[in-house]
Amino acid sequence: MELLLLLGAPVAGALVLWLAGARRSAPELNVLFSAATFGAACWLTARVISGGPMLLWREQFLIDPFNVFLVTLTALVGLTTALFSRPYMRVEAEHGRVSGGRLRLYHSMYQLFTATMLVALTTNNLGLLWVAMEAATLSTVLLVTLYRTPASLEAGWKYFILCGVGIAQALFGTMLIYFAAERVLGAEGVTALLWTHLDAVKGQLEPTVLSLAFVFLLVGYGTKVGLAPLHNWLPDAHAEGPTPISAVLSGLLLNVAIYAVVRCKVLVEGSLRSMLPSQMMMGFGLVSVLLAALFLWRQRDIKRLFAYSSIEHMGIVTFAFGMGGPVANFAALLHMTVHSLTKSAIFFAVGHAAQKAGSQLIENIRGLVTISPTIGWGLMLGSLAILGLPPFGVFASEFLILTTAMKQQPWATPLLLTALGIAFAAIFGKVQPMVFGDTQARRLPHPPALLPVFVHLGLVLMLGLYVPPYLAGWYRDAARLIGGP
Amino acid sequence: MTPLRIVTQLLEIAAALIAAPAFLGWVNQCRAWLQNRRAPSVLQPYYGLRKLFGKDVILAENASALFRFAPYAVFGTMVAAAAIIPSMGTGLPLSTAADAIALVGLLATARVFVSLAAMDVGTAFGTLGARREMMVGFLAEPALLMVLFVAAMISHTTSLPLIAEGLTTRALALYPSLAFTAVAFTLVLLAENARIPVDNPATHLELTMIHEAMLLEYSGRHLAMMEWAAALKLFNYACIGFALFIPWGTGTEAGGPAALMLAAPLLALKLAVAGAGLAVVETLSAKLRVFRAPEFLATAFLLAVLGLLVYLLLGA
Amino acid sequence: MAPLSFDLQLLNGCAALLLLLSFSMLSQRRIVNLVNLLALQGALLCAATLLVAVRTGQGHLYLSAVLTLALKVVGLPLLLHRLIRRLNVYWDAEPVINASGTMLIGLLIVVFAFGLAQPISALASTATRSTLGIAIAVILLAFLTMITRRKAMSQVVAFLSMENGLFFGAMSATYGMPMVVELGVALDVLVAMLVLGVFFFQIREQFDSLDLHHLESLKETE
Repeated sequence: MELLLLLGAPVAGALVLWLAGARRSAPELNVLFSAATFGAACWLTARVISGGPMLLWREQFLIDPFNVFLVTLTALVGLTTALFSRPYMRVEAEHGRVSGGRLRLYHSMYQLFTATMLVALTTNNLGLLWVAMEAATLSTVLLVTLYRTPASLEAGWKYFILCGVGIAQALFGTMLIYFAAERVLGAEGVTALLWTHLDAVKGQLEPTVLSLAFVFLLVGYGTKVGLAPLHNWLPDAHAEGPTPISAVLSGLLLNVAIYAVVRCKVLVEGSLRSMLPSQMMMGFGLVSVLLAALFLWRQRDIKRLFAYSSIEHMGIVTFAFGMGGPVANFAALLHMTVHSLTKSAIFFAVGHAAQKAGSQLIENIRGLVTISPTIGWGLMLGSLAILGLPPFGVFASEFLILTTAMKQQPWATPLLLTALGIAFAAIFGKVQPMVFGDTQARRLPHPPALLPVFVHLGLVLMLGLYVPPYLAGWYRDAARLIGGP
Repeated sequence: MTPLRIVTQLLEIAAALIAAPAFLGWVNQCRAWLQNRRAPSVLQPYYGLRKLFGKDVILAENASALFRFAPYAVFGTMVAAAAIIPSMGTGLPLSTAADAIALVGLLATARVFVSLAAMDVGTAFGTLGARREMMVGFLAEPALLMVLFVAAMISHTTSLPLIAEGLTTRALALYPSLAFTAVAFTLVLLAENARIPVDNPATHLELTMIHEAMLLEYSGRHLAMMEWAAALKLFNYACIGFALFIPWGTGTEAGGPAALMLAAPLLALKLAVAGAGLAVVETLSAKLRVFRAPEFLATAFLLAVLGLLVYLLLGA
Repeated sequence: MAPLSFDLQLLNGCAALLLLLSFSMLSQRRIVNLVNLLALQGALLCAATLLVAVRTGQGHLYLSAVLTLALKVVGLPLLLHRLIRRLNVYWDAEPVINASGTMLIGLLIVVFAFGLAQPISALASTATRSTLGIAIAVILLAFLTMITRRKAMSQVVAFLSMENGLFFGAMSATYGMPMVVELGVALDVLVAMLVLGVFFFQIREQFDSLDLHHLESLKETE
């Protein structure tokens, strides 16, 4: 029932918003449906807190500690982004950058995108997971090209083709898993793609096939995570699409993609009893971190800057999951949560700043504190949070990951530390003049509503100081589930 | 060595020598019909040969011994090739002397002699033709070898009579690999025998010639030998094709004289059909520019390799 | 070696033709022909699915064959032909690598694919397992086609051909995926094509061409 509501609300929202068209109330409707989704997610969470994990609808859907917090997180960020997008898109429409028809597309696809991510998170069927991931790409392609500028079309095309090809690899990987599972679970094929069943028999699955499958799956879903060297689409899509979309792409889609990778890793590692998946994930993760840190220096566009920062953080998460073990997994899950909250908050602030300045170029945005203290401080605090300064949550998770790396993979620690240092210098050096630099612009008469930014940053701060016991419990359970050496 | 084997061998050589010009004549006749022209007689090539044998040989001043020796060498290799290709019977005593790969070598030897002789006199067209001939051969030979490899792998032997025998006696089955190689072989056949679309056997325009350009300096009985050898080459290629892809009806040793008797009309039938098919292909296609010939042969090579790969994977 | 049963021979024939089609797509430069080849590929896939369905008697495979027929033989090619007419793109530009080079790389890819398939086919229990290598080859060749083309339209056709290869692979290894998944994938492909249709018009509106060199300005080297 809760699940029906959870998945039904955004689907219904997509339909209603498509039909409602370009009414003035469309943004409010969008918020309303996102709120309904969030409500359903909270209800579901409450059920899980009281009743534990559950399998629903002929085992096609699964709620366990690993995905329940991601569901809530997705619904929450979906809601706050809808709140942020309401005034933001209205201004865009007033500036004539989007027409009524495109706004209708935007709202409807926004809801559909939320729906596909929730399906991907909650499904127990690896095939459906794939279908939902592909649908998530498709629903956002037209959002990336919403402005119809040459650059946005290019970004959309790159996004479509790269993710399309990537996800085709993932389908092949899924197929190989099915092939291996069919030999163990019987040829009826009803259960051979259900994750819970696969997890139960993972020790008997054929290792050669699964290792090959994992290569395809990691490359496939890794493209969506934005792991180097398959990250090319990510900065473009983030920079050229509307800011609310950058926020959900960075904050949510990447999480869902990495969730898919980890689900597969659990199966493969259980079958192989070797370090191959771990090593591959650590390798890809580390390369992404290093590459992103270096590219951060060269960015002149503020949204591209934070897109590369997303690649860096996804690299850290992938590396941590690759290390495995209770502490690293715990830290990775925490990092997913706080990165998602922080990064979307930053994009909200950046969106307003760029809108006010009329440009996304870093050199054109100056003295945000004078123009609007809320935007300025929002951006500054967000940047400090994402750079891992205490007492924000990112610090806690990065600290845990680094200490674990020191213990388990000492060779990687200096690399990680260097990358984090470079990233710190690059981002801080670029954001500081944006916030505190000189400007001729005058103070805005009405400060923009930045409630979502501070709600997110507040949550990140809280997670840095105190993790609620049930959340910590989920993290621990999920960490155990994910396993590792 | 039973008498039957000797008879088969002699019969095959005789048949090749006699039937080759007729086969060429038949192809020309079909082509003329398809092009709505009045067709020459099937026997036209024989008349041509007789006329040429009756004429004096005129040699260029600077022609060397090689130039005079080449027609006999080419003719000889073609007859030798005809001797080891099982066209009517598989019990050929001479076939133990050379397998399919050596056959490709024999054909290459003929090519070398023709090209050397063409360059010997030192005229521009002869050299041009020789160069083009070498280019075509350079590309066609690997394709032909690949075709033979596939057939050899299926039959586990490189001996042509055994390949033909193996294919006749096994259960009927679809072989995608053989289908691929058959197409590849057809392309090679067209290129190697100077047919359209690679070359035009009826052309009078020296600049587009390949084969004809090499024979421009020949006359009299030398030219007759060369023309006869060319007809034999086409006949040989057709018979290789039959041996590899439609060997049914070829008399096996176990079949005795009766099988051999039956094989002769069947061979005539196959030749008639193949000749008509060749004429259709030639009529339907346009001649490629010389520079496109490599692409044409690359396709043949590709198909042959695909056939090999498909065989390795599917076992069929 | 015992001769295979007739339906398996036919299936092998289909597989071999699929491989041949992939190569023709690799070398084909007229986009209209490319779409026709894609339709032909779909038809072969449909025939292969039917053969397997008859052989194994699995009901969902019939449905899958019908789906393939409707979507990949009729639906998408029609859609693509309409797009070609309305956008007026008939020829692809010179490929990135020349034809014979591409073919050579293609052959190497086939060898690689066969090597990759060997360990999997050895484990498979299905009678169709030997065709798995061809499926992988078709996927990789489609990938190669995609890399060597410049026009958006040909890249999309290559993308769809890759999808065909995936389906063929699923069928040879496991007699197809469960119905839910297959339906979902088919839906995704359909939606992807619709999205692309919209997308093409946007690109055209913006650049007056579907040539992808217009889409090469977003680079890191500034």
